[in-house]
Amino acid sequence: MPEQRINKHESSILAPLRGPTNGDRLLWAILVGLVGLGGYAYYQQWTSGLGVTGLNRPVYWGVYITNFVFFIGLAHSGTFISAILRLAGAEWRKPLTRAAEAITIFSLPFGVSSILIDMGRPERALNVIFYGRFQSPLLWDFTAVSLYMFSSVVFFYLSLLPDIALCRDRLTDAPAWQQWMYRLLALGWQGSPQQYHRLERVLDGMAIFMTMLVVTVHTVVSWVFGMTVQPGWHSALIGPFFLLGAIFSGTAAVVIVLAVLRRVYHLEAALPVSLFNSLRKLLIVFTLGWLYMMVAEYLTIFYGSLSEEMAVFWQKFSGDFAWMFWTMVVMVFVLPLIIYVFLGKDRIGWMVTASVLVNIGMWLERYVVIVPTETRPRLLYELVIGTYTPTWIEGAITLALFSGMILLYAAFTRYFPIVPVWETADVVEEAAETTPRRRWGIQRAGTK
Amino acid sequence: MRWSMVIDLDKCVACQGCSIACRFENNTPVVRPDEAIKGRAIRWNDVFPLPINPNEESGEYPNVKTHYLTRPCMHCDNPPCVKVCPVRATFKNEEGLVQQNYARCIGCRFCTVACPYGVRYFNWYEPEWEGSLAVYRNPDRIESEDDLEGPAVRPKGVVEKCTFCIHRLQKVRAHASDEKRAFRADEYIPACVQTCTGKARFFGDLDDPESTVSLLAKSPRAFRLLEDVGTHPKVIYLKEG
Repeated sequence: MPEQRINKHESSILAPLRGPTNGDRLLWAILVGLVGLGGYAYYQQWTSGLGVTGLNRPVYWGVYITNFVFFIGLAHSGTFISAILRLAGAEWRKPLTRAAEAITIFSLPFGVSSILIDMGRPERALNVIFYGRFQSPLLWDFTAVSLYMFSSVVFFYLSLLPDIALCRDRLTDAPAWQQWMYRLLALGWQGSPQQYHRLERVLDGMAIFMTMLVVTVHTVVSWVFGMTVQPGWHSALIGPFFLLGAIFSGTAAVVIVLAVLRRVYHLEAALPVSLFNSLRKLLIVFTLGWLYMMVAEYLTIFYGSLSEEMAVFWQKFSGDFAWMFWTMVVMVFVLPLIIYVFLGKDRIGWMVTASVLVNIGMWLERYVVIVPTETRPRLLYELVIGTYTPTWIEGAITLALFSGMILLYAAFTRYFPIVPVWETADVVEEAAETTPRRRWGIQRAGTK
Repeated sequence: MRWSMVIDLDKCVACQGCSIACRFENNTPVVRPDEAIKGRAIRWNDVFPLPINPNEESGEYPNVKTHYLTRPCMHCDNPPCVKVCPVRATFKNEEGLVQQNYARCIGCRFCTVACPYGVRYFNWYEPEWEGSLAVYRNPDRIESEDDLEGPAVRPKGVVEKCTFCIHRLQKVRAHASDEKRAFRADEYIPACVQTCTGKARFFGDLDDPESTVSLLAKSPRAFRLLEDVGTHPKVIYLKEG
């Protein structure tokens, strides 16, 4: 029996695709400007050397590596929502899957760029392929992240396919290049029940693979630190802790993105408040999970009180990084917990506030994991200066990375539906069809 | 062979001759004072007082007790830096020397953060030498296709470290083969050992049980830095007695 899909929000979801407005152009121009500034900063670094940063001996890794970890963590939003919740059968996730996956797609390239930016000889990056040693955690990273990027793109594209076909069939008044793009990318999708069936099966299968990748990728990212013998890094908990932080910041990022899309593109009906309430429950779990990890990590160190571990511990709790550490605790845990539990229900503004705090706090957390350890090396830390002040170059490049990500995201939402139309549609039998106009996907004579 | 260095702290007078000899032998880049303050000075062989910040326990002038320590690369048998290098730019050769190939290093600085001794240095800028310093650079180098080591001038953005003057080993080996005779372990001496004022440094083959370093390694005064980390350094210190 043929079926058809009816989505009552279709016209509001497709409305933003009517082309960029002047507001968009202004936003894009600002973002391009910021990316350009970062490009100029990087040009300085390229020609002079990494000396233009605040990095030194022994703080060899700083803001760039923090950005790397943060962007990869942010990328876990999409995969968590789409893959893990798909396997768990959480049906409520459907309207926000694409918005979340788009964060994955658009933050991963900036995570990868961060590593390249941090390299002293970026033009030798391919040595990793020519002479790669799989005993190095950096190779594990390289493998896991590239695989993750590739499979996320495939996963994203597949679930976008029916909606590209929808754009092809619906947006017949769009500019010629845009229609050509939809025709090309739709790969001749016809929307037959067999095609949908096959698509769902593929997505289910990929979801299992993607779930494994989520766990692997961020654990491996943490092992770049954990596999060394340095105090504060060499901990078995670092993998799970990084993973939880990644999913936590990723899910919080979804809240922010949803709220913006909802407001700017008038998607109040397609993205109901109930979505925020569902995310709120997850976020409460993650906030408490974060506390658990925190206590498990630091109580163990404190109780054992090995002298080299304690040197790093005190750097965080009362030393040079104390202000950052405690700000992080307040931003990642104290305020978000209060807001999510007591204020967040049905109130999007509060949800966004807490989620912004979580994301800034999570960036700080990455920084506080990476830098204090370097300032207190195991052998005679009194020998080294042990401070690190990032320069404007590092600031400008960081700003450019975030601007680039927002730019790609914003542009994407103007050309592709950010709420999956086919996934949120009601499937009805062919016989129930009353208005042929509502039917889409299958090109039939007489309907066009 | 397994090359090793023994440093007798009883004989060390902290003259820093080893540091200077090392610098000129290996063309270690000189950095400007403002860069040095930032912690970017490159000292393959460092000499420093212990405790670094004198406290009550070290006494008050003139009744002070100060120790000195000199620190080259430990050339660990289980080197944490070699483990993490993604491209085999740093590696341990069959004679236990931890080498560094400037031509292959990608500048990721994973080795520098992994080394618990802090003996690996990064070239933040293109190295520069002023005036006559530029003229009298050591012309020795180890170079072949995809390999650049030893005193060769480093490009910016790569890591460097003490090599136990590996170019000297190469030279004495070549010399021995030119003379069509076997190479003797005592022909190979790093610059710091050769120059040491107090004759506090010894160098040799740890695989030879009769070598000076093997005999000294058995001394009850012998210790290694951060022995508990499991890196098995081949730089062995003799405690002040």
